[in-house]
This record gives sequence, C-alpha cells and structure tokens, in this order.
Amino acid sequence: MLDATSLRPEDTEAYLLQQSDKELLRFITCGSVDDGKSTLIGRLLFDSKQLFEDQLAALGQDSRRWGTTGEEMDLALLVDGLAAEREQGITIDVAYRFFASEKRKFIVADTPGHEQYTRNMVTGASTAELAVILVDARKGVLTQTRRHAFLVSLLGIRQVVLAVNKMDLVDFDRGRFEEIVSDFRQFAEGLGFESIIGIPLSALTGDNVISASDRTDWYEGPSLLEALDTARVGREQEELPFRLPVQWVNRPNLDFRGYSGTITGGRIRPGDEIVVLPSARTSKVERIVTYDGELDEAVAGQAVTLCLEDEVDISRGDVIAAADARPEVTDQFAAHLVWMSDQPLLPGRKLLLQLGPKQVSAQVTEIKHAVNVNTMEHTAAKQLELNEIAVCNVSTDQPIPFGPYKQEREGGGFILIDRISNITVGCGMIDFPLRRASNVHWQEIAVDKQARAALKSQQPAILWFTGLSGSGKSTVANALEKKLHLLGHHSYLLDGDNVRHGLNRDLGFTDVDRVENIRRVAETAKLFVDAGLITLVSFISPFRSERRMARDLVEDGEFIEVFVDTPLEICEARDPKGLYRKARAGQLANFTGIDSPYEAPEAPEMRLPGAEEEPDAMADRIIDELRRRGVI
Amino acid sequence: MQARQTLTHLQRLEAESIHIMREVAAQFRNPVMLYSIGKDSSVLLHLAMKAFYPSKPPFPLMHVDTTWKFREMIEFRDRRAAELGMDLIVHINEDGVREGIGPFSHGSAVHTDVMKTQSLKQALDKYKFDAAFGGARRDEEKSRAKERIFSFRTSTHRWDPKNQRPELWNAYNGRIHKGESIRVFPLSNWTELDIWQYILLEQIPVVPLYLAKPRPVVERDGTLIMVDDERMPLEPGETVQERWVRFRTLGCYPLTGAIESRAENLVEIIHEMLIARSSERQGRVIDRDQAASMELKKQEGYF
Repeated sequence: MLDATSLRPEDTEAYLLQQSDKELLRFITCGSVDDGKSTLIGRLLFDSKQLFEDQLAALGQDSRRWGTTGEEMDLALLVDGLAAEREQGITIDVAYRFFASEKRKFIVADTPGHEQYTRNMVTGASTAELAVILVDARKGVLTQTRRHAFLVSLLGIRQVVLAVNKMDLVDFDRGRFEEIVSDFRQFAEGLGFESIIGIPLSALTGDNVISASDRTDWYEGPSLLEALDTARVGREQEELPFRLPVQWVNRPNLDFRGYSGTITGGRIRPGDEIVVLPSARTSKVERIVTYDGELDEAVAGQAVTLCLEDEVDISRGDVIAAADARPEVTDQFAAHLVWMSDQPLLPGRKLLLQLGPKQVSAQVTEIKHAVNVNTMEHTAAKQLELNEIAVCNVSTDQPIPFGPYKQEREGGGFILIDRISNITVGCGMIDFPLRRASNVHWQEIAVDKQARAALKSQQPAILWFTGLSGSGKSTVANALEKKLHLLGHHSYLLDGDNVRHGLNRDLGFTDVDRVENIRRVAETAKLFVDAGLITLVSFISPFRSERRMARDLVEDGEFIEVFVDTPLEICEARDPKGLYRKARAGQLANFTGIDSPYEAPEAPEMRLPGAEEEPDAMADRIIDELRRRGVI
Repeated sequence: MQARQTLTHLQRLEAESIHIMREVAAQFRNPVMLYSIGKDSSVLLHLAMKAFYPSKPPFPLMHVDTTWKFREMIEFRDRRAAELGMDLIVHINEDGVREGIGPFSHGSAVHTDVMKTQSLKQALDKYKFDAAFGGARRDEEKSRAKERIFSFRTSTHRWDPKNQRPELWNAYNGRIHKGESIRVFPLSNWTELDIWQYILLEQIPVVPLYLAKPRPVVERDGTLIMVDDERMPLEPGETVQERWVRFRTLGCYPLTGAIESRAENLVEIIHEMLIARSSERQGRVIDRDQAASMELKKQEGYF
C-alpha cells in the first residue's frame, strides 16, 4: 500500500513524479451492512494509511456512541457519512472514497445494498469499471447477491471480484469458499462478465485484503488489493471509433470557432475525416486546441476543443464522429430502463431525455416487460414503480446519434428528467434502434380526431395570429370567427387577454412566464384540434422558439401561422389599451416592442398587411386560404 | 505501432473537471465561480482557464469577504484576478459589519453564520446567480463524500441530503426553476494530495501563507493563531511570539490554526503532508463546534 510516512525529504520529488504517473480505477462495492461492506472499505482506508490521527480520534468517539463492534473501532462508521445513516446504522446514499496503492489511485463508489436503494447502486455503478460483490461466508449466495450481480451486469461492468467475507467465522474453510464461488459462477453465466475472481477474506481482521493471509494457505489467487491493482482500466474506450459529443461552441472572436467536448471513444488527429451528426455534414479536423498547446493526437477521456476545416453548423449536443464509423441516428429505440422516482412511470407521458450533452423531449411508448431484479424473470407491466427495471420502447421528438450501451457506455446511457419538477426520475441504456412504422404503439382510442372532424365537415387546424400589441390580431380573428360560424363551421377563439384572466392568471410578463403562457395555450389549442375544431389563437407570442414549439405539437399542415404585420409606429399611434403610453412612461416593464423584443416570423403561412387593409378584407383572405388548404 | 500511454489519474481528473465546467457554461444563464483564495480555488481557477481556452471563462469570480481574512489573501486575490483578466465581485455582509459581528466579539459560530453563510446567500440573491462553482472535495469530510457534483439548492439555498438527484455517467441535470440554484463541485474526486501534485506539476500560484516563514502567533487553546492585524485582543498571560509556521487551510485568521513548519517550498510542503498524521480540516475551528456540524452547515447553505 501507499505508505509515505517514512519518506525522506530528498526523495520527495522523485516519489511525486512516480505518483503522478498512476492509473485511475473506479470501482463499486455491493453488499449490505450485514456483509461487512462498510467495514471492508474502512479497512482499505485504514490499512492504506489514508486516515489521519484526528479522523481516528473522531472515529473512536463515534464508535462509542454509535458503534456496533463493542470495544473495537467500528470501521464502518468511517464511510457512513450522513447523520441519519449513523443513527440508523445503514447506508442510504452513494459515498465516494479515495485511496491509493503504489500503482494506482482508486475511487470507490460505496453503495447501499437493500432493494429500496437500487437506484443508488445503479448510480454508483454507472461510472465503475469493476464491481466488488460481497458475500457473507456463512450465508453464501443470496437473493441480494443475485440482484447485485444483475444490476452490475445491466450497467455494463465486465469485471467482478466476489469477496467472500467473514471467512474467520467459518474457520477459513476451503470447501465452503469453493462452494460459494461455484454457486456464483453458475448463476452468473449469461450475465456477460469477462472475469470473476473469488477471494476468501475477512474485512474485520484484514486477511487477504491487502496481502496474502497465512490462514488461507490453500488459496493461490490475489488479495483484494492485488486484484484491484491488476484489473483492466480505460483502454477499452480507446479501442472504440472516434466520438466527441459537443458540449460548448467556443467562439472568443470572429476568427476562431471551435467545438469543446470530452472524447468518449477512440482517438483523433489533425487531418482525420469526421462527420457531424445528426446533420451528416462531413469535414476534416484542422487543429486540436488546448490551453497547453495544440495536440498531434487526442484520445478517449481527454477534454479538448476541435477546429474543423470547413464551416459547418454545429451546436451543443451534436456528435462529431469518425467519418468511416458513424454512430446510428434514430428517434425510436429499445432500452433497459431503471425507474428512480416515487411517482410511477406512465407510458405516453412526455419526459426530457438527456444523453451526454444532448437534451430532447421523449416518451416511453411501450413497456415490453418488467424484469424482476431478484429472479431476472420477465413480467408484464403497465407502469413502473420506484426501483423497477423494464425493457421499453422509447421515442424522441428529434433524431439523436447514439451507440448501443453494451458497446459504448457514454453513447448509450441516458437519464430521464421530469419536465415539471426537474428531478432525475430514471435512467436507461439503449439496446438497439427501432424502425418507426412497425414499432410505434399508441393508446388506441376508437373515436379519434378524424372522426370528430368528419362529423363537423372540416379539417381541424390552428390559426396562430402573431403580431405586436395593437396590430389588429384580435379584430381580424373575431371577424374571421363570425364568418366561419355563418358558414356552419365549428371554431374556438383563444385570446391573449381572456386566457390571462383564467387559465394563465398566475403568470406575469417575464421571459419565463411568457414562455409558459404560450406553452399552456399551445397545449390547449392542441386539445381543441384533437376535438376537431378550427382553433384561432390570438397572442402576441413574441418568441420564435415558442411559436415553433406550438407548431411542433400538431401534425404537419395543421398549424397556420398568420403574421399580422403592422409597423410599431402605427400600433403605438393606435394604442387601443393605452399600454404603449404606460410603457414609454416606464410604468410597464417588459412590454413587447418597447423593452422586450418581438421576433418576427421568417416564413409564416400568411402575412397580413395590418396597416393597409380593413379587418374584414383580411378575414376574407383567410377564408380563401382555408378553402385552398381543404380545411373548410 | 506506437507504444500506448493510458491517461494518468491527474489527466483524468483534469478532464473530468473541465467537462463539468463546460456543462455549467452551456446549461446555465448566470453562473459564478466562488473564489475563496485557497489552494483549491487556485486549482479551480486554473482549470477554468483551461476549460474555455482560447475564450475566457464565461463567468465572474466572487469572493465572500468576512473582513477577517489574512491580509496576504486579499492582496493575492486582487493580483490574480487582474493578471488573468477575470471580473471579480467582492461581497461583504454590510448588515454584519454595521452590527460589528466578528469572531472575537461573537464567537466563531455566529461570525461564520452571519459573515459567511448569510453573506453568501445575500450575494447569490443579489446577483441572481443560477449556478455557483465551489472547490469542495469529497475527501475533506464525511457529509461531503455523499454530495453530488451538481448539488441542488432550493430558493432558500437549502441542501436536502436525503433527496439528492441521482447522478449517472457524465450526464449532469442542471434544470431548475426560477430562484433555485445548483452548487457545482468540479474538484469532487480530487484528494488533497492530488491538489498539491497538480499545483506542483502545473506551477499554479498559491498564497504565500501556505509556505513557512517566521510569523507573529499566540497559542490559544492549543491552537496557534497568527496576529494578522491590531483587531486581535490578547488574553491575560498571552504573548505574541515569532515562530516558523505555515497554514494547511486558509480562512478567517482568528479561526485558522497555523502549524509549526520549516517547509519553504511546494516539495517540502508535500513532504510534510505525506508524513503528517492529522487531516487538513483539523486547523479549522468551525467544524468541531458540534457533531455532524458540516452536514448542518451545508443544509443551511454554507458551502
């Protein structure tokens, strides 16, 4: 172990040089307090001299107060960090611990073992390259051992150490040890582990933890630390094809445009051909820029900035990849999901999906089957509860580049976020893409939009009137609705002021509230379209992105953007509600056109010259357009 | 084929920190880097310069000044910000100043609460920052070992240790409602030794107080307190002595214990640390006020 307490001053520099060359291994420990997991980590910290005197003194104090080991130091108390954990004698959350050997630095994710903390274990396993699974030698392979092995395998860990603990309590019996290891191997067949190393040890007494114990002379394998020192680290990632998900577009001035991100697979050199996904534009790497100078080559794990030879439109969340080994791009895929929220997962509900830096809207379209974490049996499920695992079909609202999780962790592991609470409610591992037509399953409803619209002899649509305050939106929309009514069509008018008196009464005029205002109106309009109605929406709706969002909610052709294009001076001269006057006097903040921007539509379906034509004439033009489009 | 060198642990830690900083720059509208002038802050700032190069870091530095910091810290702070061309916000809790709050008159608990915790919250509210970088490490203290890298805070800046967002792979969820914020800890996985090794390797400037030299100190309750200015009242029987000392951590001078040392350069400091038998937070009076003390302070909004 790393013991520098006897280091001489003159050797320090050489020692540090050697230390800074170390490799890093992240691993997870699985097991419950009863298995002695916290004690084992405490032992690794203790024996590797990672504890200081005052920490030991504090430990002594804590042992007397909360300890479970009588007069002995309770090493488990070193790792149970939260007050609630010490009081209840259990581990609730993932804790990260650090220690080092002569060869390596280790980051240990210490995770709770009980079934109700499955999500915490999954969290700890997501970044680990190896798992230490603890078994009590007296009890052997239990249900929870199987659960731990399954979760470890699900999260893509390929190296397992089976730590058969408390060997001192079975007199270091060889037969017992071999029986347990053989049980485990048999069960773990099919979980895809690359290596399983069984080690007979005692965390309490330290046998086979750091070095070989003379009480197990029949055992010829490595001690736990030796196993950790020789496990494979990092290289797997470098063998993958090149991938760099763009986190941040680096533009200090007009002469420099770089794409910053961490390489998640492979290696890259200037001159290499790349492709940008999902746009599929190709280019070559011009330079690899870092603060420490330009690089001839960069590999997986490095955080760099790439400059390309061509001007390509790239934004955050795009993936720069090797041109000859592109990742797949899809908006439908099958994945294993772990649900992490108290509120159940319901198929069809909109969630946010975050894959690396990419965030998109997504929904689970179908739960194929749930997986019992204890028996690995498949069961039918309509919804998922906290800590449940299932194979699901997922759809996203735009195509995303990805890699199957089994091959590239960073390219296939995603989190799910609740849109309202913003909490991370689940995580998933992409298995394979689905072809759209054959795999989408919606809740079937017998009476649908088409049926409702047919009864009304019309096609449903949203007419979205946008323009400055005073441009004449509502006047035109009112005139239009009267005409539609006389023609026998079913319509509804959602007007900015009216909706703000009811549904959106709680919203103000900040940017955030304006966005929410539009979101609610857009969702309402969508429902009305589903009801078969011709829906007129009259809202200033100053931001392009929100109008875009509203457009994307409905099907192609159902959204008709009507830009009532009246110049600001004329709107201000009209000032029907006296609002411009107030805004100019500084009595009204965030007023569109005055101190809050209006982003005019770039390609509206209709543009009406609000300063030149009468409202009635403009309404007639819309009627003509609706006929032309087959809406009426 | 060329021999292949796997990244070293420091290279991996550096890349991870840079990744975290870029996520913050991309996900938040108004981030800030809390700069406490200590060695961890020095590393944090250095990593920020790397993360956005050739751009400057797209956020200001902010120092919550309790008015009781070592004078050398303040000089160092202003010099570094100017050298790197970073915007620096200095916030002082003027209410506390008006009430004359200080560690000698009110004790460490009240002083820290008013001039540090409350002051920090005041500053975050004043500038409406939605993300704040801090230099805390998981190896420092037990409750920190369980904290996320993106640590969610309510609109009243509270941390709820039992209800943290799961954090998987390198996908960081920075979504918040108005008024809420995220504290971000890019150095979470660094140890004290990593920090010193990195400072040495990258030649990062640190406050000279970390290096030993003769300084005026008094011994009080077994702790060596440096007499940094005339505000320090001497108790009966106390005398100011010139001793060779240095500091392992830096905070308010009356609350920060010095250690006797002859380590005058980085290598000697690291040597002392390697053979040392007491952890770095021991020099801080505030952690020992009560059991689970840090966890409580963190819940209330202390970093």
